[in-house]
Order: sequence, then C-alpha cells, then structure tokens
Amino acid sequence: MQRHSGSGSDFVEVTAQTPGSAKPDPILIADHITRTFGGLTAVNVAHLEIQRGSITALIGPNGAGKTTFFNLLTGYDSPNSGSWSFNEIALNGIPSHKVARLGMVRTFQLTKALYRLTVLENMALGARGQKGESLFTSLFPWLWRAQEKEITEKALSILTNFKLIEKKDDFAAALSGGQRKLLEMARALMVEPEMVMLDEPMAGVNPALKQSLLEHIKDLRNEGKTVLFVEHDMDMVREISDWVVVMAQGEVIAEGTPTSVMKNEQVIEAYLGAHHDVDLSAEGKK
Amino acid sequence: MDFLFITQQTLSATIGVNTIIFALAAIGLNMHFGYTGLLNFGQAGFLAIGAYSVAVPVISFGLPLWMAFLIGIFNSVIFALLLGVPTLRLRADYLAIVTIAAAEIVRQIARSATFNSTLGGSDGITGKFGADFFALNPFKSGIDTPILRFNANDLWVVITGWSLVAFIVFIMWVMVNSPWGRLMRAIREDEDAVRSLGKNVYLYKMQSLIIGGVIGTCGGFVYALSRQSVQPDNYGTALTFFAYTVLILGGAARVFSPVIGAMIFWFLIVFIEQVLRQGVSNNLIPDWLIGANQVSQIRFMLMGLGLMLLMIYRPQGIFGDRKELALDAKA
Repeated sequence: MQRHSGSGSDFVEVTAQTPGSAKPDPILIADHITRTFGGLTAVNVAHLEIQRGSITALIGPNGAGKTTFFNLLTGYDSPNSGSWSFNEIALNGIPSHKVARLGMVRTFQLTKALYRLTVLENMALGARGQKGESLFTSLFPWLWRAQEKEITEKALSILTNFKLIEKKDDFAAALSGGQRKLLEMARALMVEPEMVMLDEPMAGVNPALKQSLLEHIKDLRNEGKTVLFVEHDMDMVREISDWVVVMAQGEVIAEGTPTSVMKNEQVIEAYLGAHHDVDLSAEGKK
Repeated sequence: MDFLFITQQTLSATIGVNTIIFALAAIGLNMHFGYTGLLNFGQAGFLAIGAYSVAVPVISFGLPLWMAFLIGIFNSVIFALLLGVPTLRLRADYLAIVTIAAAEIVRQIARSATFNSTLGGSDGITGKFGADFFALNPFKSGIDTPILRFNANDLWVVITGWSLVAFIVFIMWVMVNSPWGRLMRAIREDEDAVRSLGKNVYLYKMQSLIIGGVIGTCGGFVYALSRQSVQPDNYGTALTFFAYTVLILGGAARVFSPVIGAMIFWFLIVFIEQVLRQGVSNNLIPDWLIGANQVSQIRFMLMGLGLMLLMIYRPQGIFGDRKELALDAKA
C-alpha cells in the first residue's frame, strides 16, 4: 500500500465512500467488533479504518452504539468478538491505561474533570513517565522536582493556549461546563497522544466557547495528530471533519465526506425514519 | 469536685497511649479514605493483625520482639493484598463490604477454640511479650505532676509512640505533596479519568491499601505492647468506626487531622467521663438521673451528640475546607 503523505484531508480523493473502505494510511483498524448486552447487539462493526492525521466524525442517531464503540476501542469495555489495532499494535485485551500510553487518549461524554484538584493539578496529572509518581521516588523530592518544573511549564503553556491560565489555581469544580470540556481536552494533550478520541466535545458548550474548541481541534490536525470524535452538532461536523462515519443500530451504514454523507439516503433514513416524507394520515393514503 | 484530678486525667489521656493508637488507625484510614477514596471498613482487622503479630511469635514461638514487628508488617501486607486483589478492580462499595467482613473474620479466627493454644481463644494473650521493648526503657520511674501522670512503662510507650506518629506523619506529608499524592487524590475524584491518562489505577489503589493498612498495624503494635495483652474483642467493628470518627473530627485529607482528631476524641471522652463521675459521687447529679455505672455509656451518648452538632455546623471537621467539601455536591 502506498504510504500517504501530505497533511489532513488529501486522502479524501483517493478513498471510496463506502462503509468499511480502505484508507491510504490507517492509524486505527477495527475488524468484526461486536458487543451485545443481553439480547441487544449494541455494536456490530464489520470493518473500519481511520486515516492518520485526519479529523473523522462518528455520527449516528441516539442508541447507535457510538459511545459503546468508543469504550471498546479505548479498553473501557471488552467486545464479545473482533480485533482492532492501533499503529499496527493489536489492542485486544489491553487495559485502558495501556491504550492511553500507546498514544490513544480519550475524553468522556460526561466530562470527567477532577473536581477537588486545581486546574493546574489536573493538567500536571496528564504528563507521562513522572518519576514522582512512583511510591519510592515520591519520598525524595529532589529526585522529581526538576521534572515537576518542566511539567508545570508545559501545563502552563497549554493552559495559556486554551485560555484557562487565569483559572490555574481554582478547583476544577469551579469551572463552567464548557471550560471543563476545554480542560479535559487540554489535559489529554499533556499525555502527548498520537490520536485523540473526543466523546461529544460540544455537548453543553456555549457558542462562544464552541468556536474556540473547534479551533483547538483543527490545531490538533495541524500538529499531525489524528482526531476521532462523536458529535450530534451537524454544523460542527460539517465545519471541521474531513471524513464522516455514520453508525446506526450498531453498524457502520455509511462513510464519506460530510457533504456526501448528509445526502446519503440511508443516513437520512436512519436519522428520520424510512417514511419521514410519506404522509401516513388517512388522507395521504387515498 | 476535684478539678485538678479531672484536668490530670483528661490531659494525660489527650496525649496518652489510646490517642496514639487511634491516631495511627486514623492516619491509615486517611490514606485510604481521605486521599484515595477507598472505603475501608476493616481497619480494626489491620490493628488486630498488628497486635497478634507482636504477641503470638514471642509468646507461642519464642521469637525475639524485633522479628515479631517484621512478621506483623509482612502479615499486614498479605492481608491488604487479600482484600485488594479481588475487590480493587470493582466498584468502591465492594471493598467496603469485603473489608468489614474480613476484619470480623480475623477477630473470629483469633477467638476461635480451634487455635486456643496459639492465639489464646476469647481470653486473648497476656504475658510479657513486650519485655524486649520495656528493657530499653530509660525511665526508672514515671511522672506524677498535678497535670500529667504516667507510670514508667506508659511514659516509655508514649514517648516512642509519639515519635512513631511524628515519623509517619512526616512521611505522609512528603508523599501526599508529591506527584504520587496528586495521583491518589485524582483516583479519589474519578478513577476512569485517571485511567484515560495512562495511569495504572489498580496498582496505585493497592499501594494505598497496603500503606494505610501497615500504618494501622503499627497502631496494633502500640495497642498490644502498651497493655502487654491482646484481647480479640477489642478489635471489633467499633474500633474501625471510632477511627473514622477521629478522622472526620479532624477533617479528612489533611495530614495532621487524624492526630488532632484523636486528641480531641480522647480529651472529650475522658473529660465527660470524669466530670460525670465526680458529679455523681458528689451528689451534684441526682441518682435518679445518672447512676454511677451508667457513666461509661452516657459519655458515648454525649460524644455522639457532639458529633452530630459537628456534622451540622462544621461538616468539614476541624481542619477541612468547607468550600472544598461543598464541591462534591456540584459534581
């Protein structure tokens, strides 16, 4: 397979707009992933590839299995069957914290800011390979102080970028809902991920903050990171995503560019029902 | 009323052996509950293991005391692993259930007739197992001043005990102010979020359980040595909940709060008891209201009343930050 070069969205032209299509340079590949809860099949994804360095949106009506799929990919839940790999490393049975260490870091639909830690502490927690986090080295502050200083500087620079710098010494609980979303994303960046998985980054965010969140997501792509996000806000999907994957009833039913996907019959059907433009009243039947 | 006697008894208790024991038990719980959010309802089990590990090897197997201390710490680590391995991957409530049951299992095994010859059954073990420790006592006589009174052995226990508390508090202070401590507090807030940042939450919760448990076991060492005897029924669930009382009195997740909490706890208990006793024996409190043999129950009632008032007017404890506590409701 030819290695894809160039940034972001070039791959769109060479990729088939069909469910499960092959990408020139996939960072994440999932095969035959199923997850059932009792009799309900929540996820049943035959094949999915996510292009490296792209912004991919995962959309679908409520109950389509998007968040469950996210949980499966990131090790927060385990599938009944299937295999998936990140950077060609198989992730079956890998616990969630190791998935994060491999470079795939997620955020949560219900924001998980660490409330009784300050904003700066939230950030510092994200840094990898901290000597002071080991039980024995923690007892000898001179062994980790220098590293802690570097981490703080890095955290402060990201916070400045996310306009949270004035809040650095406040408890995370004191932030607004939108600011918590920003903090969660900023904290994920402290892990230096290759791929960022955002679960509904725009939910409950006011329009002013929304714009700045969008810019941050675009910046991630410009830095060469891959973004996969679940979202209901179609304006956002249209504005920033290179590629859209549509799930319904646990399956991938369509893939493609935002414009083509939104015209797709099956997608409209999944969202609005098969007979949404048919008049079902007695008069209509005549 | 003999106010001088009341003062002497109260102050001696405030810095006495029991305060040290409860401070150590609560420092361990502070690690578990205050910093990591682990609901350990079996702290009495860790103290029991400490107490029996000091008594049994010396009395039943004739080992030296220093070896008994090492055995105690080893047993405590094993006990923590037994509790933690099956439960720490599960939701927080499972640990609470397992720990409360495990502590009772420890007590029931200790008092069972089967192990009567080594563990002493329901009578426990009484003997000179602390002889090695008291041989080091430099004090030939105790102190007897109007405000403090300890006999020679108690004085030695109090001085070594407070040194141990100071050492442990210092270590705790260093640890909770390190990135390790930050990680622990983060786990208390939301462990899934911590996992998403690439941290092995299970490993850290296990470390917390072991460290807090070993500190509790040190409390068990002091308990056994100070009395030169081990009684299984001293290590019931009440001990665990008194330790929680001490922790909440001081305010959870503050390094010094278990120490101050334990001092206040014993100050109040002994003060109320002495005042009531003096009142009853001097006929200041009429016999129909409180009899002489009801005093020890009534002191706990008043203590409970005091705690309720504390929870209503100062829910954060002595050292806690009310604003920080209120954040929980927002979450």
